[in-house]
Amino acid sequence: MSDFLTEYAFLIVPIVKIVILVIIVLTVDAYLTWLERKVIAHIQARWGPYRVGPHGLLQPLADGVKFIFKEDPLPANVDKAGYFIAPFITLMLALTSLAVIPFGPQRFTVFGYETHVGIADVNISLLVLFAITALSVYGVALAGWASNNKYSLFGGLRSSAQMISYELALTLSVVGVLLIAGDFSLRGIIEHQDNGNLGILGWNIFGFCKDGIGFTQIIGFFCFFVAAIAETNRIPFDLPEAESELVAGYHTEYASMKFAMFFIAEYTSMITVSCLATILFFGGWVSPFPASWTLTHYLPSVLLIPFGAWLVFDGIRYETIFGRILLPGVGSVLALLGIALALFPSVNEAIQGPFWFLGKVFAFLFFYIWMRGTLPRFRYDQLMSFGWKFLLPVAIANVVITSAYLLWRMY
Amino acid sequence: MTGPLIIFLVLAALAVLGAVSLILQRHPIHSALSLIVVMVALAGLYLLMGAEFVAAVQIIVYGGAIMVLFVFVIMLLNAGVEERTNFSKLATYAGVPLAVAIAGLIAAAILKSSANLSTAGPNGALTSTKNLSMLLLREFVYPFELTSFLVLVAILGAIVLAQREN
Repeated sequence: MSDFLTEYAFLIVPIVKIVILVIIVLTVDAYLTWLERKVIAHIQARWGPYRVGPHGLLQPLADGVKFIFKEDPLPANVDKAGYFIAPFITLMLALTSLAVIPFGPQRFTVFGYETHVGIADVNISLLVLFAITALSVYGVALAGWASNNKYSLFGGLRSSAQMISYELALTLSVVGVLLIAGDFSLRGIIEHQDNGNLGILGWNIFGFCKDGIGFTQIIGFFCFFVAAIAETNRIPFDLPEAESELVAGYHTEYASMKFAMFFIAEYTSMITVSCLATILFFGGWVSPFPASWTLTHYLPSVLLIPFGAWLVFDGIRYETIFGRILLPGVGSVLALLGIALALFPSVNEAIQGPFWFLGKVFAFLFFYIWMRGTLPRFRYDQLMSFGWKFLLPVAIANVVITSAYLLWRMY
Repeated sequence: MTGPLIIFLVLAALAVLGAVSLILQRHPIHSALSLIVVMVALAGLYLLMGAEFVAAVQIIVYGGAIMVLFVFVIMLLNAGVEERTNFSKLATYAGVPLAVAIAGLIAAAILKSSANLSTAGPNGALTSTKNLSMLLLREFVYPFELTSFLVLVAILGAIVLAQREN
């Protein structure tokens, strides 16, 4: 048995990792919808989901069951092949893009096979991501066209035009980071931002990177994030599905699981973009504190224990019996986890990288939602002129300035 | 069969099927989508040879940028299903034999020189992105810049042509 495992570890380990990652990502997607509805509700002084489970925590589950059991009609006169394949393309590409993202610095060995946190560690991971982004327009465009509905077609056309326009700025905005790191690999880019005792200043956004090669990438980050929001079709760039103009845009004719696929793909690409922003500009898993401040390694415990305790004390006063059991239960598990982390330093050290990485990703996801609750939608001509006449020149200027500075530093 | 050979056969079959489907499909969008399959399969073949950068660029440029424009234009023009005409006489008596002859010539040439063809593999010095860019921007910098100039001229020409309409 162990011989078999050793021989085929190169195949088994990635498959196991893929299954685990997909399960985690789909769960996170589901709870992201819960978070989004909650946060936007509170921005608008409402309660949001509250009925299904304590604090509406079982709402994603109910939504999932609803998606599965809903009728899935095939509209008349659709282009069948395109109509069926479009949601699959969209979801497949969205999930594939997560494969190249490294979630932590560790490397470990399973059955003699050396692996790491994350699925694939390729030299050109950033290019792979751009390749997937370049292809992901087809899902939306095809869905819009195949539905044989004028609103869907408009949604698909808008989406293609928008993606073509913003892809240029997106690609150019990371050139600065590539110049600094001298590496296409995301792992290499993160390692270059790990400048020991400078902590947060070593991140690309501030630019005091390792070896003194660096230049602040604030402009690059701005261009990247704006273009990435446009690529993921989120507010304020959600013109492909602008409900006040196009019913629901490209997915008007989709129902049931096929609609859910577009939905999951959208949230997955939000996660990918957040991971990418974290990796490229905010140091990935690098802690914002100087490496010598070892006391900050207890931060996960310091956050988990009070949060768990608060959940326990808040939960025992909850209206429903289920809530009075569930919330304190979850709270005590979290608090115990925090205590365990404080007691076992080796485990605590191991989760430092993923803790900071996921923390930053969560911050970006929250920012996404916050923006949806804050900003109105662009008008179509504003969108185009902003992309071509402002974002693209600024991104090019960032490339020129960064390379000029780096040249000046080298000589 | 070894792993790479299986992957090669799958990708090659995909590329050929995509190319055949590109010709046989009656709707322009379906043809364009088949072409995308060909492009992506080719990128996979490049990747199999260890040319990571070329594979990624193949997808970004051909699979992404160029084919998006194709699809976009076809959608915008709302091109309908092609009409089938009868096989023209010229195609039957001249086209088919010529196509067979050319295919046979290529196959013969490959078979004859297959001993001299070296196998591409991930051991080539050209494969890493760094080496590739060093070559492009140092040794071949003049041809490279000339090509970019040519592309720039083409872009300007397209803009001039588009402007003349108004």
